[in-house]
Amino acid sequence: MDLINIFIKSIFIDNMVFAYFLGMCSYLAVSKTVKTAVGLGAAVIFVLVVTVPVNFLLDTYLLKAGALSWSGISDAENIDLSFLSFIMFIAVIASMVQLVEMIVERFAPALYGALGIFLPLIAVNCAILGGSLFMQQKDFSNVGESAVYGLGSGIGWFLAILAIAAIREKIAYSNIPAPLKGLGITFIITGLMAIGFMSFSGIKL
Amino acid sequence: MAEEKEALFSKKNKALLTDPLDDNNPISVQVLGICSALAITVQLKPALVMSLAVLFVIIASNVIVSLIRNLIPSRIRIIVQLLIVASLVILVDQILKAYAYDVSKELSVFVGLIITNCIVMGRLEAFALANGPWKSFLDGVGNGAGYAFILVLVAFFRELLGSGKLIGFEVLGHKAKTLAESTGVYSFGYENNGFMLLSPMALITVGIIIWIQRARNRKLIEN
Repeated sequence: MDLINIFIKSIFIDNMVFAYFLGMCSYLAVSKTVKTAVGLGAAVIFVLVVTVPVNFLLDTYLLKAGALSWSGISDAENIDLSFLSFIMFIAVIASMVQLVEMIVERFAPALYGALGIFLPLIAVNCAILGGSLFMQQKDFSNVGESAVYGLGSGIGWFLAILAIAAIREKIAYSNIPAPLKGLGITFIITGLMAIGFMSFSGIKL
Repeated sequence: MAEEKEALFSKKNKALLTDPLDDNNPISVQVLGICSALAITVQLKPALVMSLAVLFVIIASNVIVSLIRNLIPSRIRIIVQLLIVASLVILVDQILKAYAYDVSKELSVFVGLIITNCIVMGRLEAFALANGPWKSFLDGVGNGAGYAFILVLVAFFRELLGSGKLIGFEVLGHKAKTLAESTGVYSFGYENNGFMLLSPMALITVGIIIWIQRARNRKLIEN
């Protein structure tokens, strides 16, 4: 039950784009057509599902205050390495993206063809690092919960970019004041979509 | 070396400093660094702190990367840049936690997200890798200031209209329970627009800023 709760919550209520504005840069840059948006969205889901649980393990067994107590080092309960978490997380993400890219290229060339150019972009997508940092704040109790959180956040991001790409494809034909064309109207539409997503807040499962 | 003969503040170098404020603003024109720009603009104070933090990180990372740009193998340059930026952000985070704990709590994960702030990486990739330290310094100052400008502008309107305050001061007067006890504009029955405090309005405010900027500066209009 908890897992379903985390899943639904991370897709709709704590939506990465509409509630926290994470991954906005690529959200705005790659949402001109639905096809590329689907590619990037799938890559984001994939990388979030891999990196959030890995960073969770790293956080629990290495970085948290007293996390090193399994190692048997004397005084390990008092070691707090959490100030290192930024650099560890980003290193994990950058290397994971590299690894995922190589594995996909070797075993699923078709998928690689589809995701190819988007994978390297993802290392610097705020949604990925944001997922890990929120995971650290939320204090999940086991790896499963963090993996579900990663999956849910990824799907939420995917939905957001898919929706805005579809709207932008249509809006290219409408008559908008010239200075508002392109970026300006995209911001305002995203704002309106965020108002729509606010109606999910307060739902409890 | 033509570069060394150039005056410290030649016309070209001045342009590096002033372009990002309007014509080439990192947020409203280059569309970089939006992620953090929106989430922390409910009040002016965290926005100011965030601007300073980003300014510091951009300048320092620009200068460092430009100093060692010939030593970085281009295949692993992204990881090297990320590590440099991440170390600087850890520094900022620890300083904030030590001297401004309240603000650091308020900014929560967004301090960490400076690492993936596209402005920082974008400037490193586009500028610092190809230019000397002094130019990179100016570029860092310019882009940091351009970012800060939009951030402060959005936060100004959101805090003023949303809660009637600026940096925590009640500039529009004090709102009491009854009209007679209220002062300032509240005595005429003015109400705060609480909607400005919610996240969608940050997006719409930025959209309107872009609109105004492009209406004034017509060469920025997209086709």
